[in-house]
Amino acid sequence: MASGIKLQSVRKVFGGNEVIKGIDLVIQPGEFVVLVGPSGCGKSTLLNLVAGLETLTSGHIHIGEICVDNVPPRDRDIAMVFQSYALYPTKTVRDNITFGMQTRKVPKEEQATAVQEFSKLLQINTLLDRKPGQLSGGQRQRVAMGRALVRKPEVFLFDEPLSNLDAKLRIEMRTEIKKLHQRLGKTAVYVTHDQIEAMTLATRIAVMDNGHIRQFDVPEVIYEDPVDLFVAGFMGSPPMNMLTGQIRRGDRMYVETPSTEGQDQLRFPLPGRLADRVSAADGHKVVLGIRPEAIFAKGSELPGSERFVFERPIDVVEPTGPDTMIVFDVAGTDLIARVRPEDAKPAGTPFLFEVDMDRAKLFDAKTGLRL
Amino acid sequence: MRQRSIDGIVRPKGVHHSLMRILLYAVLGLFCLYYLIPLIVMISTSLKSLEEIRQGSLLSLPRSVTFDAWAKAWSAACVGVRCNGLAPYVWNSVLMTAPAVFISTLLGAMNGYALTKWRFRGADTIFALMLFGAFIPFQVILLPMARMLGLMGLAGTIPGLIFVHTVYGLAFTTLFFRNFFMGVSDGIIQAAKVDGASFFGIFFRLVLPMSLPAIVVTVIWQFTQIWNDFLFGVAFTIGDSNPVTVALNNVVNTSTGVKEYNVDMAAAIIAALPTLAVYVIAGAYFVRGLSAGAVKG
Ligand SMILES: Nc1ncnc2c1ncn2[C@@H]1O[C@H](COP(=O)(O)OP(=O)(O)OP(=O)(O)O)[C@@H](O)[C@H]1O
Ligand SMILES: [Mg+2]
Repeated sequence: MASGIKLQSVRKVFGGNEVIKGIDLVIQPGEFVVLVGPSGCGKSTLLNLVAGLETLTSGHIHIGEICVDNVPPRDRDIAMVFQSYALYPTKTVRDNITFGMQTRKVPKEEQATAVQEFSKLLQINTLLDRKPGQLSGGQRQRVAMGRALVRKPEVFLFDEPLSNLDAKLRIEMRTEIKKLHQRLGKTAVYVTHDQIEAMTLATRIAVMDNGHIRQFDVPEVIYEDPVDLFVAGFMGSPPMNMLTGQIRRGDRMYVETPSTEGQDQLRFPLPGRLADRVSAADGHKVVLGIRPEAIFAKGSELPGSERFVFERPIDVVEPTGPDTMIVFDVAGTDLIARVRPEDAKPAGTPFLFEVDMDRAKLFDAKTGLRL
Repeated sequence: MRQRSIDGIVRPKGVHHSLMRILLYAVLGLFCLYYLIPLIVMISTSLKSLEEIRQGSLLSLPRSVTFDAWAKAWSAACVGVRCNGLAPYVWNSVLMTAPAVFISTLLGAMNGYALTKWRFRGADTIFALMLFGAFIPFQVILLPMARMLGLMGLAGTIPGLIFVHTVYGLAFTTLFFRNFFMGVSDGIIQAAKVDGASFFGIFFRLVLPMSLPAIVVTVIWQFTQIWNDFLFGVAFTIGDSNPVTVALNNVVNTSTGVKEYNVDMAAAIIAALPTLAVYVIAGAYFVRGLSAGAVKG
């Protein structure tokens, strides 16, 4: 049975600079919550508050049933992977990993078994007798992971634990973390900048911006149903295309792009479902959000009801392997379409794009909120 | 390592540069000589017999080497009225220096650790006040300290002297360790806290092993200061409990009998030998520790 975490209007001020601006968050026991957000938005600070390494300016934190506002880190039953690794320089890898067990007087045999198990998992079993100074960045990061994992506490806190690994190892470790979480069922809070890591690991994702949590929900909802422009723009790689325009009401509702020299204005028809919901007046400024995968070559997908086709010349072609990204220009904004490699054409050629308007999102240009 | 650091320097070549180089070494040599002559004179004089000293010149090397003066300085020279040599006083100095160095270094390390890694309200003020202690002219505190030692029942004893040296060494040892720990990442301490270690657990098991360079520098500094101290020794000890520096003064300044320069020189060298030894043994660390900012975990 794991413990949940509850944050109640948590604030943190560093010498007049408010870094965490009132966060309420309830994390269920056994959940795997991924924290994402731009650099400097307060993710590490929030983890430190949960760990007890920083004092709260105001608010309360509960781990399980216990209010831990005044409980020192060592009595919180947590383990943490630090963004800076923070390995003990004078100790060997083995002692780094078992230090927490030594201080808690875990029997020697149990320590040895744990080291065995996790060093194999993290592929550091040949490094056990080295000092941290003799390891590469990725190896240090795995030792830091090992140090947190062996303890099997109630709550795991991970601060970008895979950021320094090569692509292959990162995917392997991601899978191992997921397996481990399913096996141990402990609560985890995990900070990452990697979109795929966030989507694959999380039971829920919290998107942070500038000391606030913008949205906290399951990955599918964060991706398909972002509450505002910030969340929509942050999740997804390549990011969602954002096209500013105006609402036009006529026989049906459109989003009209501004007129620019040498280009026809485009009028994106809004599907009925969306049009019914939007009460904005004619001429209201909006942002139309279309993910790259919702723009493809004309006729390359099964026909649907809400499709809009237009022609634009290709500016740049970026093959990624399974898909090819095509960059083109609409009213001065670069848009990205994700097409099948066999549909791609060389740069400069006119191209017929098809948009699935069912997957388009509409935002208010002024407030950034979803319409 | 030494070899490699020389190989890494790119030097210009040519007659002009060679000449400059020769000039450079000539000047360096001259300064070296200037620095070393007193020591050479002391050593050579201590190895001469009184007879030879009276006849020869100050700078000449001993014609026949004799260790009589050394033996006398060690075990038979008269310190005041007693003629047992310096040996008991060297022992006094050891008994006084070792604990004072140990305690002041340990407390300094703890202070530095608490001031940087367990920051509390007013930590900077406390540090500023402690630093102030490094600038107190020691003559100022002689009388109050004598009174205090009297009240504590430690007047005229070696423990009393240990106490004084520990207290006045703290300003320096705290400064050394605080500056060293400023460069140690807080993350390590945080990780240890999460790992369940206590204040002292972290100090003894992680911080102290990491601070070897700072320890070496501090020990050398404290050892030299305390061993070479004369003022506290002469003010707070009497006769039998004198440290070797005070005893040396008494040997050299005896007004009775003929002046035995060779014995004086030998005695002075004996009194200075331990600090020299500490430099030779730990000197490499001293230099490395001074640039400790560059030492990474
Ligand atoms: N000890 C401190 N004193 C003052 N300001 C701090 C302190 N720690 C963090 N900050 C500030 O708080 C803000 C949030 O920092 P934090 O480390 O939590 O960001 P982050 O979201 O983890 O960023 P990154 O993704 O780059 O790791 C930053 O603007 C930082 O400058
Ligand atoms: Mg961070």
